[in-house]
Amino acid sequence: MNKIKDIVSRIAPEAVFSESAPWTVTVPTAQFHAVAQALRDDPQTQFDFLLCMTGMDWGETLGVVYHLRSTASGCEVVLRIETADRENPQLPSVSDLWETANLNEREVFDFFGIRFIGHPDMRRLFLRNDWVGYPLRKDYDASAEVNPVRMENEETVDVTPSYEEHDGKVEQEERVLFDDQEYVVNIGPQHPATHGVLRFRTSIEGETIKKVDVHCGYIHRGIEKMCEGLSYPQTLALTDRLDYLSAHQNRHALCMCIEKALGIEVPERVQYIRTIMDELNRLSSHLLFWSTLCMDLGALTAFFYGFRDREKVLDMMEETTGGRLIQNYNVIGGVMADIHPNLVQRIKEFIHYLPPMLREYDEVFTGNVIARQRMQGIGVLSKETAISYGVTGPSGRASGWSCDVRKLKPYGVYDKVEFDEVLRTGGDTYDRYLVRVEEIRQSLRILEQLVDNIPAGDYCVKTKPIIRLPEGNYFSSVEASRGEFGVYIESRGDKMPYRMKFRSPGLPLVSVVDTLASGSKIADLIAIGGSLDYVVPDIDR
Amino acid sequence: MEIKGVNIKSMKYDAFNDTEYIDQLREAGVNVMVGKLDQLINWGRSNSLWPLTFATSCCGIEFMAVGAARYDFARFGFEVTRASPRQADVIIVAGTIVHKMAPVLRRLYDQMAEPKYVIAMGGCAISGGPFKGSYHVLEGVDKILPVDVYVPGCPPRPEALLYGMMQLQRKVKAEHYFGEVNRKQKKEESTDHE
Repeated sequence: MNKIKDIVSRIAPEAVFSESAPWTVTVPTAQFHAVAQALRDDPQTQFDFLLCMTGMDWGETLGVVYHLRSTASGCEVVLRIETADRENPQLPSVSDLWETANLNEREVFDFFGIRFIGHPDMRRLFLRNDWVGYPLRKDYDASAEVNPVRMENEETVDVTPSYEEHDGKVEQEERVLFDDQEYVVNIGPQHPATHGVLRFRTSIEGETIKKVDVHCGYIHRGIEKMCEGLSYPQTLALTDRLDYLSAHQNRHALCMCIEKALGIEVPERVQYIRTIMDELNRLSSHLLFWSTLCMDLGALTAFFYGFRDREKVLDMMEETTGGRLIQNYNVIGGVMADIHPNLVQRIKEFIHYLPPMLREYDEVFTGNVIARQRMQGIGVLSKETAISYGVTGPSGRASGWSCDVRKLKPYGVYDKVEFDEVLRTGGDTYDRYLVRVEEIRQSLRILEQLVDNIPAGDYCVKTKPIIRLPEGNYFSSVEASRGEFGVYIESRGDKMPYRMKFRSPGLPLVSVVDTLASGSKIADLIAIGGSLDYVVPDIDR
Repeated sequence: MEIKGVNIKSMKYDAFNDTEYIDQLREAGVNVMVGKLDQLINWGRSNSLWPLTFATSCCGIEFMAVGAARYDFARFGFEVTRASPRQADVIIVAGTIVHKMAPVLRRLYDQMAEPKYVIAMGGCAISGGPFKGSYHVLEGVDKILPVDVYVPGCPPRPEALLYGMMQLQRKVKAEHYFGEVNRKQKKEESTDHE
């Protein structure tokens, strides 16, 4: 912390430091860009990973909270900036330092109306261009008269505003996304290979992709705003529906965050149950990934193989939790109900059942010449790019970035089990595929060690009927099926959160598509998208 | 717990097993049948309803599960999911529809050829479900499309979706094909003029 203090106060003497963890620095707006750059480049700090970027409305002021992490040392720091101008708020952009800030700043603009000076593309990210108001502001008018359901199609614009500062004056400039000469093909939002309602505008030359422009928001449900009007136990229900393939892990993250704030120690039995369920969920997600990637690449039979085995995982989860996909199993302080007596036996059977099936998968698809040619060397993501974009999870690990939260900051009982963090160095579609298949084996390994050792005890601790979080801000993250899923809560001591932000693993994944697909053939876009394995409701929230 | 005052309008389970007429024909060894052309067409239509591959969120995964090996809706003639609305008979609205998606969904519906059907799958498509009250969520897909069958659940189990799809088959069988369902939507209602 002292190093950070030195670096920051050298550039910005007025910066305010927090007294205790989480280490927070409030930076004056004018020096913010220089501070951020120094923190990123200084060899002592090396905050090269922008973990989470949260827009805030503090009533009087609007601002942004940045969570930075150093991939070398694992240190974290929180930066805050604010502006008192509510009419025309402007803040400096850091999209030139961290690529992931590009889409995140557009999200903040969309929700709070904060314009980022120096950002190349200041369009709305989720909402329509003709949307009135900024929904996450506290004074937003949510009535249906202001924003009725507009049934006319949204006009697609090829120019985008951007704001640059010249001699202390901010000027609006227009940037061209696609010029008249370019041949732009629209893919989505209704397209079976985009894995949901995602829309790409793709500029192509012959069959070669020149540029991909991603349009999100076709399933933006406003979960973060809804959470502000719900009590803490109620907010849990919405996390399952963010990334429905890591429903349990998402909820685990939120429960952990609330428990950390309340100081609740959860019993050991709960930790075991949660870890087992997390891994079961990862199995079901990776099996679905395998099925759908193979189907995208034309192997329809593989889809049926994968779903056959996934149903067995769903059966186990359903028996205990009552839900196949959306489980609603974690609660604050424990889990909803004790595990079903059959669960242990069924997991043991499944651990013996799946490995021969995985060998079959390899015979059917992994070794296939056509499959390899469609995947090897396609969409290469370097480690530096992965960190800059914040591509975590199996996709980041395929580029050699060791970013597994289960290893970095063990939660649950991950510190008590042996498993390997699967790392590969190629960073192409084939490596992303292999990492996930290998992670299925590792999940089975974790389950094997846990399933016989579940300690006796309570499955839940008693909590107060009305839960109020002490004033402050809290962040926790877990390793969801597709990357690091984080929850940021700012509480003002109320029974409802003042601001709740979910760091979705999906948004970085989709922001990197342009980099990966440029220069490839248009058919490779499907392979790249399939191997990144994003879930659209998780991107849009 | 006993629930009172519930009126189930849907089909009784026994009705699905009612094959009396077919048994009579078999016993008599009849190989010529006389009936209306309407009935023949409806028999064919109801057993080859092709859904559009349309899914926005969680329900879409269950929709995929219904198409996969264990539940296998091919048994009832739904096997060919089409990626193009021009080739589809039924759109299964699986997932939340938000403001930005509403015109797109309407356009997909308009692109489908008559006769066409809509199944609202899951709480979100029926009423907004858990996201009712959000600033960007359409509260029920029936505000923009005529819905034929509602399948409740969050997400509905695959059996529930199969049941809903079979209800749609019954509905199709009861229609008059000629002069009615093939010309249901008036031209001015459609927004697809391109």
